Amino acid sequence: MTLDEMPRDRRGVVTALDTRGAERRRLMDLGLLPGVSISAELRSPLGDPTAYEVRGTLVVLRGHQARTVHVELEDR
Amino acid sequence: MGGPGGGTEDLPTPRPRPAQDTHDSHDAAPGCASCALSSGGARLARLGLAPGRHDHVVALAGNPNTGKSTVFNALTGLRQHVGNWSGKTVARAEGGFTYGGARYRIVDLPGTYSLLSTSADEDVARDALLFGRPDVVVVVVDATRLERNLPLVLQIRQITGRVVVALNLVDEARRHGLTVDARHLTRELGVPVVPMAARRNEGIPELLAAIAQVAGTRDAPAPLRLVHKDPALEEAVADLAGRVAGQFPGVPNARWVALRLLEGDPGIEAAVRDGTLGELATPAAPVERAG
Repeated sequence: MTLDEMPRDRRGVVTALDTRGAERRRLMDLGLLPGVSISAELRSPLGDPTAYEVRGTLVVLRGHQARTVHVELEDR
Repeated sequence: MGGPGGGTEDLPTPRPRPAQDTHDSHDAAPGCASCALSSGGARLARLGLAPGRHDHVVALAGNPNTGKSTVFNALTGLRQHVGNWSGKTVARAEGGFTYGGARYRIVDLPGTYSLLSTSADEDVARDALLFGRPDVVVVVVDATRLERNLPLVLQIRQITGRVVVALNLVDEARRHGLTVDARHLTRELGVPVVPMAARRNEGIPELLAAIAQVAGTRDAPAPLRLVHKDPALEEAVADLAGRVAGQFPGVPNARWVALRLLEGDPGIEAAVRDGTLGELATPAAPVERAG
């Protein structure tokens, strides 16, 4: 599943970033590396953008960015 | 681009001076003998905006909102604007202080999460660290969000070993029930880690001692060498690093440069093309010595 599909009451673990170049670099710099835990915290009315909690801070991503982040749901 | 280590006396706008001021007006501001910080015999004298000649250049780096400007103000006695908005430290602020008989020029860099992305702020920070070749890089990290702050420390360690980590906001971390094992972190990073609460002046004497120690040492740790698990990548990095070292002998972090080239980093590509990279190999421009 990709990050934009992740339900709001769940946490996921980043498994891969399906993007290249500066965009990939930026996501990694903001802490989205494989193995990191992430959750959707605040969704704007149309779901784009959405704020995600990662490593103790909020990171706001647009839908097209969230779709490049692959996640696996954590057990409840 | 002139790094902060340039030997010229590019003094910032001078402060208004009393009429009878002499040429020695760049000396330590009077009254510092009574500074709270000088009580421990550590002898910090804040030189404010006009550091004049200096022995060492200190660069202050860190993620946004870690308290870099607060640390800067504590060391220089300046009141560089402290506030929480993006791009507050637009380019770089400079100031000075003396400690243990040596004069330091300190450069406050814009907050950055990374040295690898491409935004104006991050370019300023990276160019200053890479081409300015400061004697000490103080990386200010937020103890309450350590995990998020460590990638930048790692990136800076790949460029230089002349690093002091200022583990700031330990007071806030304590309020959240967090304590950070600074000694353990020191061992793992191979550079001094100083716990502090800059806005309360806690840890400033220890930070000064660590800065002086790194500035004065001849054998700082080598830049961190990360070996890549992917053999194809490792081979490409090794090959390209060899050629970078051949073209620019003496560049201390050829592997790091090679990685950036493989990533297609435009700033580094330009530095290779126009030869700026070669400046890394030559000794820093002679710094005017005090006294």
